[in-house]
Amino acid sequence: MMSQILSAIMTVVIGVGGCIVYFFGSNWLLDRALPVSANNDMQSVRNIKLQSIIRPWLFLGPALFFLTLYLIYPAIATLIWSFYDKGENFVGFANYSAVLSNQVFQASFINNALWLLIVPAACTLLGLIIAVLTDKLRWGQLARSLIFLPLAISFVGASVIWKFVYDYREKGQEQIGLLNSIVEWFGGDPQVWISMPFWNNFFLMVILIWIQTGFATVILGAALRGVPEDTIEAAYIDGAGPFKIFYRIMVPQIMGTILVVWTTITVLVLKVFDIVLSMTNGEWGTQVLANYMYRLAFIEVEFGKSAVVAIILMICLLPIMIWNIRQANADGRGGH
Amino acid sequence: MFKDMKLTPGKTALNLAVLFLVVLWTLPTLGILISSFRDKNLISSSGWWTATQTAERPQVLRLKGSKDAVEKDGKFVISGNILQESVDGSAGTVVSFGLGTSNPRANVAGASFTAPDGKILVVNADGAYVYTSTTAFEERGQRVSIIAAVPPSFTTENYKTVLNAEGIGRSFLNSLTVAIPSTIIPILIAAFAAYALSWMELPKRGFFVAVIVALLVVPLQLSLIPLLKIYNQAGATLGISPKGYLGIWLAHTGFGLPFAIYLFRSYIAGLPKDLIESARVDGANDFRIFMRIVLPLSFPVLASFAIFQFLWTWNDLLVAIVFLGTDSEQLVLTGRLNNLLGSRGGNWEILTTSAFITIVVPVVVFFSLQRYFVRGLLAGSVKGG
Repeated sequence: MMSQILSAIMTVVIGVGGCIVYFFGSNWLLDRALPVSANNDMQSVRNIKLQSIIRPWLFLGPALFFLTLYLIYPAIATLIWSFYDKGENFVGFANYSAVLSNQVFQASFINNALWLLIVPAACTLLGLIIAVLTDKLRWGQLARSLIFLPLAISFVGASVIWKFVYDYREKGQEQIGLLNSIVEWFGGDPQVWISMPFWNNFFLMVILIWIQTGFATVILGAALRGVPEDTIEAAYIDGAGPFKIFYRIMVPQIMGTILVVWTTITVLVLKVFDIVLSMTNGEWGTQVLANYMYRLAFIEVEFGKSAVVAIILMICLLPIMIWNIRQANADGRGGH
Repeated sequence: MFKDMKLTPGKTALNLAVLFLVVLWTLPTLGILISSFRDKNLISSSGWWTATQTAERPQVLRLKGSKDAVEKDGKFVISGNILQESVDGSAGTVVSFGLGTSNPRANVAGASFTAPDGKILVVNADGAYVYTSTTAFEERGQRVSIIAAVPPSFTTENYKTVLNAEGIGRSFLNSLTVAIPSTIIPILIAAFAAYALSWMELPKRGFFVAVIVALLVVPLQLSLIPLLKIYNQAGATLGISPKGYLGIWLAHTGFGLPFAIYLFRSYIAGLPKDLIESARVDGANDFRIFMRIVLPLSFPVLASFAIFQFLWTWNDLLVAIVFLGTDSEQLVLTGRLNNLLGSRGGNWEILTTSAFITIVVPVVVFFSLQRYFVRGLLAGSVKGG
């Protein structure tokens, strides 16, 4: 164990040291190779110009290397493999038709669509409500922190927490799961929530909603505080009630932020994997695309088909990607 | 002022509504926190919300057999303490008892019960019992059912078990080994790139920024198999195992970079232009400007990212099981917890305790550095949690 700690410390030192050596060293070399104060002025001017051409690439180099190796190349490779079978023969769209006609895939796709419809909407709505409610309370900050807290918890940790909430004992036994205990208190019969057909998807969604609502609350809360006071005052003087002020004055002004929250959670939902893996592993009709993809790749060892699912996932994300790029181009003109 | 007045009539309702939501949000976590300090028999026999009450638990126990019987005045007597026969030792008191397995509420503690065959059993509240018979006892002890009142008790026993026997201690170290370098390495790389993208003369700068934003939404699942193939080849060429810490550190670095660059760029590009221009006029080159001016000023945003990346790498399951494997040696906390969910599905004392250990580090980081965390969230809400 001691050796493990030591090796971890060593790596931090080597990794960070390596970065520092690279950045210092490459810049030092550049200054040496093309000195700014050269023998004649012409040379100096040319060197300054060359330096300013080369230096950005020294700064950008390591980042470009990592992005290419870890994201861009794999994305292209996945696209290519989606056309090859197990024996690495080109099979055209055979993988696509096999996957698209597969029932598990279709079920996963429908489940994913359900997640996409419900989770972002629920998180945004709850976040908006909580942000408005806590804004005017003295202990609002504490309340927000507590609702925000699940964001720090891993999906697996959250799964354990909620599996405990959903725990089921047969009728007549003492229920130790909170939900079944409440159901019995109201006179109902205990249910096996995790394997309840169709509805179990919603019990899994609750976990992600529980985690992500805090995120929506914080972002929307900040946006609400940015709404100009005089627009609210004007509406109040015109006789608008609190609800009307909320959805006629406040909501339209923070629409942009609402969209950002919505799309961010949508992206997260499409990638959701851990919750389904640890709660049901896709059993009882709860499979989703990301987990199905993992299953195809690492358990059934069908790389080509798994690549197809990855590409389909990517296509679903494409509209959001384009929207984000447009947003960034519209307001991200910083620098000189 | 004006805002405050608006909802005054409903102030109580407002407080109650928020209280309800907060309770709803914290109860699930509170459940595992409390359960992790409860005795394992208590966890499986009563809800965690009853932890502070005295629990009444039915138990079926066996009295001592004939070899412990004492003969006195022509009578056979067995005496002892029934609670010591109980699995969890002598905890609690006896409320009532009954002969046989199915009638624990037949007699209150301290009463004397005479069976049809003339045997007499007395069980006191402290568990001491006397069983008297005029004929010899059977070799096997008589079965007796009791209701035991177990006072609220909390224990750290679960933590001892889990840290040693279940390998959580080892995984805790593994998680730290993964998370810390994975957090630190990308910071410098991303900061340099962000500076280049905001303040340096660069052809196609807009294109690079667009690529970074595009990569923010690329699901990392897309990368796993191609990377695994590269790792396997590299491992075979270099003669080392493809599943090691170096691989996962670099992978987390690669996956974290788009968000880091995006976040840093939006901050660094917003620094005052005069500051950088005047340093340029003074003859400082970009490297000096970055090291002397930009990096120190960017501390808050670097801290924001560090918290994000730490939470993300600590909480990650997918990258860890793909690049480190599921061997016990290198299994991280999330992986261990996932395995326990499969193998120890009903052992809530192990699951709740393990879960609490895995969430305690991120929760502490989160609470102590919440200010930076929120700032990062606001600046980088394109990617999010």
